[in-house]
Amino acid sequence: MTGLFANPAYAILAIPAVSALLLAALPGYRLTARLNVLASLLTLIAALSLFVVPRAAPGAYLLVDDLNIVFVVLNTFVGFTAATFSASYIGHEIETGKLTPVYVRFYHGMYQLMMFGMNLALLSNNIGLMWVAIEVATLTTVLMVGIYRTHAALEAAWKYFILGSVGIALALFGTILVYLAAQPVLGEGEAAMIWTNLLSRAADFDPKILNLAFVFLLLGYGTKVGLAPLHAWLPDAHAEGPTPISAVLSGLLLNVALYAVLRFKMLIATHPEAMAPGPLMVSMGLLSLIFAAFMLYRRRDIKRLFAYSSIEHMGIIVFAFGMGGPLANFAGLLHMVMHSLTKSAIFYSVGHVAQIKGTQQIDGIRGLTQSHPVLGWGLALGVLAIAGMPPFGVFMSEFLIVTSTFAREPLLALLLVFGLLVAFGALLMRLAGFIFGEPTGKVGPAEASFVPLYAHLALVLAAGIYLPGPVVAWFQSVAALLG
Amino acid sequence: MDRIAFDIAHLLAGGLVLVSFMMIYQDRLYALLNVFALHAVVLSLSVSWQAYTQHAPHLYVTAAIALIFKAIIIPGVLHRIIRQMGIHREVEKVVGAGVTMLAGMGLVAMSIVLMLGLTEAADAFAREDLAFALSVVLLGLLMMVTRRNAVSQVVGFMSLENGLILAATGAKGMPLVVEISVAFSVLIAFIVIGVFLFRIRERFDTIDLGALDDYRGEHE
Repeated sequence: MTGLFANPAYAILAIPAVSALLLAALPGYRLTARLNVLASLLTLIAALSLFVVPRAAPGAYLLVDDLNIVFVVLNTFVGFTAATFSASYIGHEIETGKLTPVYVRFYHGMYQLMMFGMNLALLSNNIGLMWVAIEVATLTTVLMVGIYRTHAALEAAWKYFILGSVGIALALFGTILVYLAAQPVLGEGEAAMIWTNLLSRAADFDPKILNLAFVFLLLGYGTKVGLAPLHAWLPDAHAEGPTPISAVLSGLLLNVALYAVLRFKMLIATHPEAMAPGPLMVSMGLLSLIFAAFMLYRRRDIKRLFAYSSIEHMGIIVFAFGMGGPLANFAGLLHMVMHSLTKSAIFYSVGHVAQIKGTQQIDGIRGLTQSHPVLGWGLALGVLAIAGMPPFGVFMSEFLIVTSTFAREPLLALLLVFGLLVAFGALLMRLAGFIFGEPTGKVGPAEASFVPLYAHLALVLAAGIYLPGPVVAWFQSVAALLG
Repeated sequence: MDRIAFDIAHLLAGGLVLVSFMMIYQDRLYALLNVFALHAVVLSLSVSWQAYTQHAPHLYVTAAIALIFKAIIIPGVLHRIIRQMGIHREVEKVVGAGVTMLAGMGLVAMSIVLMLGLTEAADAFAREDLAFALSVVLLGLLMMVTRRNAVSQVVGFMSLENGLILAATGAKGMPLVVEISVAFSVLIAFIVIGVFLFRIRERFDTIDLGALDDYRGEHE
């Protein structure tokens, strides 16, 4: 037990793993929903304690450094608020009979297993272990996307499954290639798969193998980031699964895959003769941004709309990291945090809206500010924030990305701004429909918990107005790490 | 590695590529499953040979998984599913066999050029083994995109995964190979159980993109 307290990383992994078993075994959805929140809260506390407890030296399996702390804290925080939202969401699903208690047990067990997979992927120091962890997280989300067992949900789960499997297969091939590049330098066995070892000796590896490995890793993990043209699974998976899972997919799982890409980008960037990873990432990012921005116009399903918006924002983030340099990395990191918080807030409100209206069709959702002011304005603020309106944090990070790009590559910046404006137009056009006009459809009272929604929005707003000094310093040090 | 060991390893890895080609032109599901079982047997032999020459006894576990799980259990279960659900036994292909074979040859040539050209530093066996493995992976992908039916997509995915196992065992001393092959088996078991439990029967008959569009909730 002392080991558990000495290194919070163990607790971050043990709490979700144990509670996954516990929640799957316990009956009664009210109890398990609360326990799910409690377990997520404990994991968050363990994650926060990473700041206080002195860091253990990187081991053969686990690693804690400046980079993954950002991801772990964000992951556990959104995991906690999504569990809170999920508790009220699931109650409604049981009342309407969309889910049976047995499925809810399964759902809660899977929720914690998914958190375990994501945390393990973020904390692992072994590239093979990281791959296995991402596979676990993918599998659990596949099962949850298909949980409603409607035809559309099964379609979505199958598509996600096949594309996700191909993605992780390519990523494994890339991982094997990295091992092959490292093996002559670091020797056979475990040592050549430990990330900290790889990073310290990467300059001695064969650059050609590294190049090939990076292409496979970018395509493989990029599928899971949802980068165009490998994004086909993402809108379906977001639209057909339970909304808490849409929030977690957009807010967290995409980040975890992005984290894997960043780790390998750092690796290849240390080699002077290997190719520059930037241009590949920049072009994939821009393609995703512009493609998704245009796709936003023709959506008729509200969750699908915001799924495309996630592709757009992941494109922006990958673009920023591809540009590299302290400022662009800082902005990319900030944008990633802001996007996670804002997008999950939007899904929290969309989940309740879809439950009240009984539909996800955009045509059936009108006049929300009249019928449900708290929910309607929450959604409106969320959409304004994600569209990049000041004073929200997303505006600030997008502004930083655009200005830093203008200073270095004005032509790319033009494309970037074009994509942003196209997306902005689409979102505002939709927003007017949601919140104004005569309320349509059912106008029953909302039995919703608004705390997670407004907590996220408040954080995004606060970040947009004033970023505290320590946070800036912390993000700057991470941006420097990313090179 | 002495000459004869090297040649046997090559023979088995090359045999895997050949069996991948055989899978591409099968147009009946039962025949496809039989060829896949052969694929798994060849993989199992290849992995056992690696275990023997590399003195890595843990690789025998991977070989045993390939033999028992992929060559016997999975094809057997899929046979049952096809029989019970009364799925069409003729496979609808998006592209004709000739074109697919040509594309397959192109992919193999590409992976050989790519791997042999890029990786002078790695030792000869690992390099050539990777060229074969990448060919198997790409042929598996090719099969997944040229077939419309869920069973053959699953088979395509499994053959792709066999290629990955070949690559992992060829990289000398790579840790976690057994764990990864177990993880993959879990993945495949999930697919097959998912197919069976959820009875996504429609998937077997239509998987063309036109039909998919209707389920997106976006039709007029």
